[in-house]
Amino acid sequence: MSNLADKILFLPERASTFAEKVDNLHYFVVGVTMVSSIAVGLAALFMFFRYRRRTPNQATEYVVPNLPTEFLFVSVPLVFFLLWFAIGFRDFVFYTTPPKDTYDVYVMGKQWMWKFAYPEGPNGVNVLTVPANRPVRLLITSRDVLHSFYVPAFRIKMDALPGRYTQAWFEATKPGTYQVLCTEYCGLSHSKMLAEVVVLSPEDFEEWLKDQKRGRLAGRQDALADTSLVPPVARMAEQGQKLAGSQGCFKCHTMDGAQHIGPTFLGMYDRMEKLEDGKTIRVDEAYITQSMMDPGAHIVSGYKNVMPTFQGKLQGAETAAIVEFIKSLRTANVREGASQGPAYEPIQ
Amino acid sequence: MSSSAHTAVATPGVPRLAQHFASLEVQNHAARLGMWLFLSTEILLFAGLFVCYGCYRYLFPEAFAAASRHLDLTMGTVNTVVLITSSLTAALAVHYAKEGKSNLVALMFGLTIAMACAFLVIKGFEYSHKFEEGALPGPYYRMQAVQLPGVPLYFTIYFLATGLHAFHVIIGMSVLVWLMIKAIRERNFGPNNYTAVELGSMYWHLVDLVWIFLFPLLYLI
Amino acid sequence: MNPSSSTTAEGVLPAHDAHDAHHDHPSYLVDGTTIKSWLLTVDHKRIALMYLVWILLFFLVGGIFAMAIRIEMLTPGPTIMDAMTYNRTFTLHGMIMIFLFMIPAIPAVFGNFVLPLMLGAKDVAFPRLNLASLYIYLAGAFLALWGMLNGGLDTGWTFYTPYSTHTTTTVAPVLFGAFIIGFSSIATGLNFIVTIHTMRAPGITWFKIPLFGWALYATSCIQVLATPVIGLLLVIVSGEQLFHFGLFDPARGGDPVLFQHLFWFYSHPAVYIMVLPAFGVMSEIVATYSRKNIFGYRAVAYSSLGIAFVGFFVWGHHMFVSGQSTFDAGIFGVLTMLVGIFTAIKVFNWVGTVYKGAVEFRTPFAYFCGFLFFTVFGGMTGIAVATTSLDVHWHDTYFVVAHFHFIMVGATIMAFLAALHYWFPKMFGKTYHEGWGLVSAALIILGFNATFIPQFLLGNYGMPRRYFEYPERFQALNVASTAGSSLLAFGFIIIAIYLTYSLAYGRASGQNPWRSKGYEWLMASPPPTHNFVGPQPTYPEEPHFYVDPKKAEVPDVV
Repeated sequence: MSNLADKILFLPERASTFAEKVDNLHYFVVGVTMVSSIAVGLAALFMFFRYRRRTPNQATEYVVPNLPTEFLFVSVPLVFFLLWFAIGFRDFVFYTTPPKDTYDVYVMGKQWMWKFAYPEGPNGVNVLTVPANRPVRLLITSRDVLHSFYVPAFRIKMDALPGRYTQAWFEATKPGTYQVLCTEYCGLSHSKMLAEVVVLSPEDFEEWLKDQKRGRLAGRQDALADTSLVPPVARMAEQGQKLAGSQGCFKCHTMDGAQHIGPTFLGMYDRMEKLEDGKTIRVDEAYITQSMMDPGAHIVSGYKNVMPTFQGKLQGAETAAIVEFIKSLRTANVREGASQGPAYEPIQ
Repeated sequence: MSSSAHTAVATPGVPRLAQHFASLEVQNHAARLGMWLFLSTEILLFAGLFVCYGCYRYLFPEAFAAASRHLDLTMGTVNTVVLITSSLTAALAVHYAKEGKSNLVALMFGLTIAMACAFLVIKGFEYSHKFEEGALPGPYYRMQAVQLPGVPLYFTIYFLATGLHAFHVIIGMSVLVWLMIKAIRERNFGPNNYTAVELGSMYWHLVDLVWIFLFPLLYLI
Repeated sequence: MNPSSSTTAEGVLPAHDAHDAHHDHPSYLVDGTTIKSWLLTVDHKRIALMYLVWILLFFLVGGIFAMAIRIEMLTPGPTIMDAMTYNRTFTLHGMIMIFLFMIPAIPAVFGNFVLPLMLGAKDVAFPRLNLASLYIYLAGAFLALWGMLNGGLDTGWTFYTPYSTHTTTTVAPVLFGAFIIGFSSIATGLNFIVTIHTMRAPGITWFKIPLFGWALYATSCIQVLATPVIGLLLVIVSGEQLFHFGLFDPARGGDPVLFQHLFWFYSHPAVYIMVLPAFGVMSEIVATYSRKNIFGYRAVAYSSLGIAFVGFFVWGHHMFVSGQSTFDAGIFGVLTMLVGIFTAIKVFNWVGTVYKGAVEFRTPFAYFCGFLFFTVFGGMTGIAVATTSLDVHWHDTYFVVAHFHFIMVGATIMAFLAALHYWFPKMFGKTYHEGWGLVSAALIILGFNATFIPQFLLGNYGMPRRYFEYPERFQALNVASTAGSSLLAFGFIIIAIYLTYSLAYGRASGQNPWRSKGYEWLMASPPPTHNFVGPQPTYPEEPHFYVDPKKAEVPDVV
């Protein structure tokens, strides 16, 4: 029955404990709305017919509502409205009060991507991996303008404010991949600011965590508002991004996996790239630095030799900062193979 | 051809009755009600700024207190006294208008305008002092004496609020100048013809009232 | 057609038919034919017509942008424009529709025209202020439009900070234009309040003021009290964008949520500015076409005031997920439920008016039918989004878009069209073809449903607002919505055609084609310049009093 309702109402699947509560109240409200709209409509239609005008200057009775009628008309809707408020507010308090031992994740929205960082290690861009059946608390902030973190399948949403943390929590009920959409207009690519929540079973999640720690991922990302707590490496990444902008790197290299004149920065670090001369190379600090100083030396297969050299234009520290920035654009998506098209496929 | 036509030639001491009003009494009542409504819009305009002040004061109590101490209390107090006195002269103008003494009306308004000028001049000194010190809004702030987070916000609100108030002082002055000229030229005010004076004076009282709220918030606490 | 009924309850004013009036006392339309006589008029009726022309023009522009949005939404990727253009387009659509159309529409056109007629007055209290409000409105509108078309705004009509102070698009002229329009809104409100207080004809006590008058009174209170706050905010944000003082910028200690509080403190009452006059129009129309007194006159009058009052205390329901405290969310949530009750009262009273009435199903009544459904459905979905836990899912999705379009288009524009058709004879002395009226009403109601019901479903499904590109699963509903919108557009075009035709070639309507006992119908249609000639009319009965005088005595007015 509720499946039929979900289909008619186009409700997405329910994948969190909060979603169950929300949808139950939703059915209640929608049901009463439909019934009352139809009732008012039918009553009106009936009366249009029954009391149609029969002579042009027909006189009518002077009808005055009696107090019990008016009282009924006011109190019945009031009872429903207050009931919905009570249930809704109870659920809202549930939503805004995370339980004691949540698994915390830092979320940072910035134009136009979502970055996730865990206190003890791995981080991700546009993919949030969490365990099922365990309360997860999101500590959300923004780097620049207002964003909003919305997961329809969990029925949760919370604005990301610059300079402040907001929190939202959920408990995912089943493994799967659920879309995240930005729901506060934030500029040009607001509608492309999508991400995913990957919910793994608790055992799979432990495996994933171990995998990440084994990997060469750096420490916590710059998701913190108090920049004095950010490790030096991450601050370099910020500086590197500024430089990449001012030096014109973004004219040819995208940050979001889209194909362009040069290979995309997203997931570039540690990628195995195939070169023009058939050799493969691991994209490490050395190769990136060489590409800035002597771009023609090793060109990725399929790309043209059009990159200018930055020798003399960048100091040593600056190239290191750009390298750190590129490293910070690692995704948790494991991809074999050389640069070819977007690293991130949106979920249907 | 229609317009809010006048009745016959204006008689001295009696304002012209506009054609669409039922009587002079109704016209005066309407004018007064209209002015009260307009004053309420002005109050709500400043209310937004007071809300901003309240919010940021709550968030940055030390910064606001420190910045407030750096305002020139003497100049502020003098300004307050000047403005309150100008309200007195404006009220007296209404009194004399009711008695039909148009000369005194003009004199009172003249005094009011003079005091308003004094207010603006003193304000000008305060502003220029701030420019020198570097106590400017937001990114332009460079006063070394007070370096706390939130101080530039204080001065943003200070300049917005006092600037908006000064703008209304100028508007009020223009209205009073017009009334003063009307008093001198027409010599027409009397017990049946003082509504214009009353309305102008009401506006001036509002300008004064806003300052009475601004002064303690900015200078005293 | 007999221009007036034979009972003396019509009022003392003898029934001049249009022919007589034309000779001795020309109608306002022809009393003065130079351009100057129109541009410098202080006649509330001419001012209303000038407002009508410009408001319809701006509605057309806003509507074109709406169609552009719907066409762009046909495919998940770019369809006819790029992302920045789309962001500007929806901003323009919102700005134009809200500030240039919805806020002034019914008050400035029909309020201006009809209110003095309804009160037995010769004009509004401050006719020159009335003319000034028109020119202020136009000045602000042109400045805003110029800004929008010259590197225009892309922030959405809500221009939230910090994006609006950082964006490189043109912010200051648009917001400053809206600021100027605010003065026009305040002036109109002020004028109406003073008119209602001081210019009622003898015999029109407070509880004999027609319900459209009560609605305008409540609307005007909101206009006067709420508009200054947004005025200040518009000036501050324009300044911020130019000078970056940082009042709402966290980098300088500012608070973006404070912006939202100040913004919604006006913008929520603003929606009642848009809808209360519509409710007032409908009270008049349902009484006329049911030929019956309004059921529960005082309840309807008080509910207008109630909406205006409580409407000032509910703004936080736009901010449930903004980082506002849970406690605040609770307060705003429960107060919003109270506002819903006042609207429910009105709905019951309108339906109660039809009970034991004598219904004549004309075009304005057809709009009433659509209006009734849209108000109930739109109002209930308003209650639904006000429910805090549900709003977490729906905030900033197409569900909210559908909800407010149901009220703004479904209620207000239905009422605007109904008013246009209802008072067309009063304003121009002509009638229009009833068949075309009914056909276009049906098209509009159907087209509206087809446009916006899919958007409720899109919101449920999870599609956020202001999305240029969207995931593919949302496409089917978007296509359905666009299809509906073309039906809606078609309906408007038909109305434009036959009403324009009727202006030129319509049949003479006579003074009171609807045989209504609303007070405004006691005067000629179209009225002479000063609304009536000779002595002031008297009003022995309340408006819409259709009881047969030969019947037994009437119970006391409630």
